[in-house]
Amino acid sequence: MIRDITLGQYYPGNSWVHKLDPRLKIIATLLYIVALFVVHDFIGFAIAFLALAVVIAISRVPLKFILKGLKPVFIIIVFTLMVNLFMVKGDILVQFWIFHITRQGLRMAAFMGIRLVLLIIGSSVLTLTTRPIGLTDGIEALLSPFKKIGVPAHELAMMMTIALRFIPTLLEETDKIIKAQQARGADFESGNILRRAKALIPILVPLFISAFRIAQDLAMAMEARCYGSGIKRTRMNAMKFAKRDLVGGILLVAFLAIIVLERVLI
Amino acid sequence: MNYFEAKNLVFDYVKSDENGLVTTNRALDGLNFVIEKGKFTAIIGQNGSGKSTLAKNMNALLVPTEGTMLVDGMDTCDAENTWKVRQRVAMVFQNPDNQIVSAIVEDDVAFGPETLGIDPDEIRVRVDEALMGVEMIDYKKKAPHLLSGGQKQRIAIAGAVAMQPECIVFDEPTAMLDPKGRQEVLKVIGQLNAKGITTVLITHFMEEAALADKIIVLDGGRIQMEGTPVEVFRRADELKALSLGVPPAVELGLELKERGIDAPDDIMTIDEMVDYLCQ
Repeated sequence: MIRDITLGQYYPGNSWVHKLDPRLKIIATLLYIVALFVVHDFIGFAIAFLALAVVIAISRVPLKFILKGLKPVFIIIVFTLMVNLFMVKGDILVQFWIFHITRQGLRMAAFMGIRLVLLIIGSSVLTLTTRPIGLTDGIEALLSPFKKIGVPAHELAMMMTIALRFIPTLLEETDKIIKAQQARGADFESGNILRRAKALIPILVPLFISAFRIAQDLAMAMEARCYGSGIKRTRMNAMKFAKRDLVGGILLVAFLAIIVLERVLI
Repeated sequence: MNYFEAKNLVFDYVKSDENGLVTTNRALDGLNFVIEKGKFTAIIGQNGSGKSTLAKNMNALLVPTEGTMLVDGMDTCDAENTWKVRQRVAMVFQNPDNQIVSAIVEDDVAFGPETLGIDPDEIRVRVDEALMGVEMIDYKKKAPHLLSGGQKQRIAIAGAVAMQPECIVFDEPTAMLDPKGRQEVLKVIGQLNAKGITTVLITHFMEEAALADKIIVLDGGRIQMEGTPVEVFRRADELKALSLGVPPAVELGLELKERGIDAPDDIMTIDEMVDYLCQ
């Protein structure tokens, strides 16, 4: 049923990773991605891999869910591998027709492959262990220092919150419109792609209209609850930096230090 | 004490089409009424009678074109009063889906107090109390789209209650609900009024209006009748002329009278009628 869809790819849990402050998790993910580009040999990747494996183990998110994140980008990974494998010049190992595989190419391809896989898994750990609402709150908090230079941090977060809230409502609406159009003899299943794309118009037009109607109702309801009064907003669940976040922060710094040291020393 | 006071209240919807042609549609046409503090008032009328426009005039979502609307002595036309009025007069709308802001129940209830800049600990207390008041505390971590219509509407009411308003205006809160959902919502409305919150219920269900202390009947933007349910429903023929009915129990009482059984006219609900008949 359309009602049962899950938003984002949050995997409900109660682990130490789940409970970490979203702000810390967002920063950690960004720094982890940076670290993946600092690393330039296999030892470094081994460290990065190990760190990620430990985080995943603590989060108790099943491996199946984590690997699912790789599926949509599989082709991109394969393509990157191929390009690196065949295009990099250097000492030739194997050669056939116009293709040649070099030692450097092999190394480069392996690096890029590992880097991409770790990057995607690393960022999906963030979305798997953080509620969408937590993510929006975290983004709002992290962007709020930039309010002074005109970044509408609160408005952006509010937009994301409302979008998340109304995805199921709009899906239900779409479902209703499809059924209503089918009842009037609309055919969405036969014909070529062009025909089917055209058949979507009678769904999209009413959907847009009803989205505007909902937006108007919601704006009215928000105004009735004093939204826009200019009073400084507070938050019920103000994010607090707990002891576990301190531990997490220290671990993050330690990880980054190891990565940098490894790069400099080896 | 008068909480709302409308003096010659006029409201025009002004529309201009692409040719610049301006059309005005008079929704409210010179209303004069008062609503007392702490009372339960029902506003009834058929579609297009101006009920919802009146509701929006009560908390400054719309301001009068002519005349004045005083809320707790404050003129809604004065922009300085807008937020004070909305803080005192909360509103619950018809469509339960389109008034819930957040994807988690308790966050939605917290939305109002958060915009008012209340201290986080205080918000926590208010949210839990409000959710307990509408018997939805067990659902506080749930996503609203998984709840029934009646449950969603109770969340919306909790969101209004958490702002600790002096008055709540309900704009046809039960119109989109099934009978069970309606009963749940009406029960909560009754409880809130008993706690001293001035209640204005806009409805087109006569049996809901029968629960009020006072009924205002609107038609064509004018007040046609005003009085206690007993006074208003006694004029059943006039109500029917306005395409409105009377509650089933009142209808039955009138039919009994026609057949020579002298049923008292203050019977408004089915329960009261049952009690009378079983005497």
